[in-house]
Amino acid sequence: MRDFSYFRATSAAEAGQAAQQAGAMLLAGGTTLLDLAKCGVSEPDTVIDITHLSGMSGIAVDAAGARIGALARMSEVADHRDIQAAFPAVSESLSLAASAQLRNMATIGGNLLQRTRCSYFRDPGTFPACNKRNPGSGCAAIGGVTRNHAVLGTSDACIASYPGDLAVALVAFDAVVELADRRMTVDEFFLVPGDTPDRETLLQRGEMITGITIPASAAARNSTYIKVRDRQSYEFAAASAAVGLELEADGKTVRDIRVAIGGVATKPWRARAVEQALIGKALNLESVEKASRFAMGGAVAHGGNHYKIELAPRVIARAILKMGGLA
Amino acid sequence: MTRTIHIALDINGQRFELDLEPRVTLLDALREHLSLTGTKKGCDQGQCGACTCHIDGKRVLSCLTLAAQAEGREITTIEGLIGEGGDLHPVQAAFIEHDAFQCGYCTPGQIMSAVACIREGHAGSETEIREYMSGNLCRCGAYNSIVAAVREAAEAA
Repeated sequence: MRDFSYFRATSAAEAGQAAQQAGAMLLAGGTTLLDLAKCGVSEPDTVIDITHLSGMSGIAVDAAGARIGALARMSEVADHRDIQAAFPAVSESLSLAASAQLRNMATIGGNLLQRTRCSYFRDPGTFPACNKRNPGSGCAAIGGVTRNHAVLGTSDACIASYPGDLAVALVAFDAVVELADRRMTVDEFFLVPGDTPDRETLLQRGEMITGITIPASAAARNSTYIKVRDRQSYEFAAASAAVGLELEADGKTVRDIRVAIGGVATKPWRARAVEQALIGKALNLESVEKASRFAMGGAVAHGGNHYKIELAPRVIARAILKMGGLA
Repeated sequence: MTRTIHIALDINGQRFELDLEPRVTLLDALREHLSLTGTKKGCDQGQCGACTCHIDGKRVLSCLTLAAQAEGREITTIEGLIGEGGDLHPVQAAFIEHDAFQCGYCTPGQIMSAVACIREGHAGSETEIREYMSGNLCRCGAYNSIVAAVREAAEAA
């Protein structure tokens, strides 16, 4: 790891100002930044430690929703009783991610900003071509080993998948990212790669996530996160689904449904076509399996990841059936 | 361009003052600068758990923590688990009792993780132990004995 200078910020404003210098990077839990610095992907000149800032790690839940400070740790949010009650999918997405140690370290803001696990991106020594690391250099993944790459939201420049779980649950429930001077939905915050895979979010230099808010809803309260992976624990998703469901009083007609998927797309992916196909319809095995397939509209496989096109709808269907009491 | 920074670390109830390059991780500070070699370096990338120690009572990975970030926090390493009379910590004793290792390299990390796992209340069943200990890999495959050791220590706690 290349050396850098270390600066401990004492206020959010000071951190934001320091982060405007070229080569400066914010350091929170360190689980992404220090990992990528060791890989040679991130080469900060200065790291700005924001973990000592006070007042940025609160978790508050009321009837309108939740507000989570950017420096709350994954484990704190996962284990928070009110989050578990009002947003089970959010809590589950965190509990099923990483390991207990990493969840004690990683912050919510940093979790959103975790970088792809594309093994070509993470290995600049062996694979110089990466449009995400070095715009215009090409993509070593296309034509390579693609088992873990995205099938949705890809471009000719990049097929790297977004690896996180939390953000998938957040896009399902219309959560909002708060920056110092502006806010946007989590869905808007993340960008598809297009011709500029180096730009992953709307975050500008010197901007910092200060918190997230999640509006309360009946669907969020009746929600789950299902994650299918190559080993039982401590692994990224092969495919995952966050699903929230609200039924009419008849107990079978869909009033509101939220579906988002992970492990298969270049950003946390809201599957609105699945939702539209089920709203107002009766929930049964046939309607759910048919609707779940709509999530794969526009999917493009690159060899080794073709299985995801089959797997993801099954994960969605399993989650919907579970929430509908049909599984 | 190397500039060092002055850092005070509170480790196992003792204060250490160090001049370190900012990039030095807590793991390297422990092993290379303080000769506290009980904490092991496995992957050095946050994937194996061998470097697990506690900061303010919570288990973390020292390979992905800068020493500078740990200033002002209470750090506990495997060396800090032992009782005042030199008695083994109950989790250490349970690992020996159940032969919960082969080569032993992952063991300090396993034990630090297990102590926290029990304290968190995540050691209630074999399934829960396996889930909450999944961040500690054992290449010898001593998992069955590790789970048995954690289970026994949790029941005795």
